Amino acid sequence: MTLVSGWGRFPVVDSEVLRPRSFEAVGEAVVAGSVARGNGRAYGDAAIGAARTIGMTGFDRISSFDPATGRIRLEAGVLLADLIDTFGPRGFLPFVVPGTRFVTVGGAIAADVHGKNHHGEGGFGRYVDSILLRTGQGETIEVSRDRNSDAFFATVGGMGLTGVILEATMRLRPVETGWIRERVVSASDLDAAMRALDAGDSATYSVAWIDCVARGRDLGRSLIYLGEHARIDELAEGADRFPVGRNPGLAVPIDLPSMTLNRYSIRAFNELYYRMGARRAGSDHVVSLYPYFFPLDSIADWNRIYGRRGFLQHQCVIPEQRARGVIGEILERVSKRGDASFLAVLKKLGHGDGLMSFPLPGYTLALDFPVKGDILNFLDEIDSLVVAAGGRLYLAKDARQSRATFEAGYGALSRFNAIRKSLDPACNIRSKLSQRLFDEV
Amino acid sequence: MTSRKTVLVLGGSSDIGRAAARAFAKAGYNVGLAGRDAAALEPDAADLRARYNIEASTLKFDVLDTASFDGFVAGLPSLPDVVISIVGLLGVQQDAESDLAHATTIMRSNYEGPSLILGLFAEKFLTRGNGTVVGVSSVAGDRGRASNYVYGSAKAGFSAFLSGLRARCSRGGVHVVTVKPGFVRTRMTEGMKLIGPLTVDAPVVGDAILGAVERKTDVVYVSGIWRLVMLIIKTLPEAIFKKLKF
Ligand SMILES: Cc1cc2nc3c(=O)[nH]c(=O)nc-3n(C[C@H](O)[C@H](O)[C@H](O)COP(=O)(O)OP(=O)(O)OC[C@H]3O[C@@H](n4cnc5c(N)ncnc54)[C@H](O)[C@@H]3O)c2cc1C
Repeated sequence: MTLVSGWGRFPVVDSEVLRPRSFEAVGEAVVAGSVARGNGRAYGDAAIGAARTIGMTGFDRISSFDPATGRIRLEAGVLLADLIDTFGPRGFLPFVVPGTRFVTVGGAIAADVHGKNHHGEGGFGRYVDSILLRTGQGETIEVSRDRNSDAFFATVGGMGLTGVILEATMRLRPVETGWIRERVVSASDLDAAMRALDAGDSATYSVAWIDCVARGRDLGRSLIYLGEHARIDELAEGADRFPVGRNPGLAVPIDLPSMTLNRYSIRAFNELYYRMGARRAGSDHVVSLYPYFFPLDSIADWNRIYGRRGFLQHQCVIPEQRARGVIGEILERVSKRGDASFLAVLKKLGHGDGLMSFPLPGYTLALDFPVKGDILNFLDEIDSLVVAAGGRLYLAKDARQSRATFEAGYGALSRFNAIRKSLDPACNIRSKLSQRLFDEV
Repeated sequence: MTSRKTVLVLGGSSDIGRAAARAFAKAGYNVGLAGRDAAALEPDAADLRARYNIEASTLKFDVLDTASFDGFVAGLPSLPDVVISIVGLLGVQQDAESDLAHATTIMRSNYEGPSLILGLFAEKFLTRGNGTVVGVSSVAGDRGRASNYVYGSAKAGFSAFLSGLRARCSRGGVHVVTVKPGFVRTRMTEGMKLIGPLTVDAPVVGDAILGAVERKTDVVYVSGIWRLVMLIIKTLPEAIFKKLKF
């Protein structure tokens, strides 16, 4: 057995890890209590098999690409970073990217990841046409919107629980350049932030960074980042059509003592960040896609900043009508505690595509907390606000929500379970997350 | 359009082989992938075509079947610009100590076959007046160690063959590269305890091979620190070395 954890390094649990080399070997690896793992960027326990974890990053081949349509067929272990580096210079990018490019296509489908364009363009799954799935029952089936469509919509956002994704066919977005025309808007409080996001509805990309230690009148003060793909004629003279993506240079070599992050250091950082951003506000400028989409990727292993005990991300989505009040209340409580991270992110979401996809029309707030003290109780309190407002938590980030919170948030659960049962009557596919939240006890 | 250069990768299904093929394809080479099971290489060839819009083909090649080498080379549609041998077999040292057949397979896979086939290509390249030959050897060939001297000695033979070949070819416009990867995270080393800072991923080796071919480097230790490590290991007096456990 091997000790395994997600990106948040909490919880750390035992699971046998296998790295099969062929699709047949994947089939053999699926025994009772297995789940697929991509690049392990889910924060909690989603990518850890109850008994056995099946590593998929070795499957990184592309079978075909049509430059006329942007349609691509590829294995599930291909990293988005690889797709961007390979096809960016040829004028194509993934339609949807999350905040890190080091995720696999399989992981992006299984979590139906959302990017900064979800409000207008939907999630990763929207651009997936079909999936080759190895079910827990031992069949390999092709699923799409019109073939085995139940299984398709359960697999998009299904957190690996319908089976192992072996291959997928999807579409890439044609782009003229690898640059983003960015506009920063500063908002002095939460109302202004939400108004700015609403006003950014027509922007392709939008996201707000919130200073979550600001209090009182400043509560919710933010920088909103709007973005569009830059055309060739918008590039500076002599700029390359496609920027170079550097591998993470700086690495965090050791677990920092948890002292490093405290209310003073975070407050100081946030003050500086806000002021620097506010100075850039207003005018448009062109930035490389890498810092725009993946600001954290430049520091390898940044999860070690939170120390040995790891950290928790809390990402909720609150339906549109209730969002202002509930998000204000959450921020109020978080700023009172003062130990949330500097990475509080607010963004608007649209309709989800898969049965279990996280997004729903409303606002999503993501916060990081180091694992210490009474944090679990505190997050339970926050959850009750989320549940009361008809919201839910993102499974790719979760390591601790209760069954009750989960069941209240995901209305399609019984339908999902029925589909899962039909694909895998013995319930072989099981993760630590599914044991915690889904499976009958 | 100028015609593309071509690279032939022997041992194309290995992790380093795939990485080298990708590095060359990315740089615009057409690629031939050769291995025991040509059909199994087809998905890798498709991957290269889809990614880099180059031509990629697959060929059957068995490094233990030395009798087939002449025919293999003669049957190529054209002589490549670069040929890379990544073929090798780590084997199991303990088994090789008593099982002569196993020891023989390790020796032949790492020394006899790779040397003969690269020697053959070098002859053709000399006749043509240009070409690059790349042999992936190992730091294990720099000094025999108790834990893997069957493999290490075969790699040592291969390294010596390559250095001699290089000396001979240098006047004929043909360049010979010796690559000595240290620890690489691959299928071959899966489950082994590797020392983090001394270990690289296969793509790093692929890029290093391309770099060595383009810059006409003779001997590359993929991670620079290995040159130092091996210098120390090579210069330890035998009296001390034989007492060390590794
Ligand atoms: C810095 C950072 C920023 C992030 N930003 C965002 C964001 O903006 N938006 C967002 O939506 N997410 C975001 N995430 C979360 C991340 O996108 C998801 O967790 C994604 O699923 C991780 O992909 P992975 O390949 O690492 O998968 P893993 O973490 O390994 O697995 C995630 C889930 O996918 C399943 N899975 C993986 N591969 C397969 C397969 N081949 N077949 C079946 N199931 C599979 C696993 O079982 C698991 O349930 C972020 C994460 C980090 C670390």
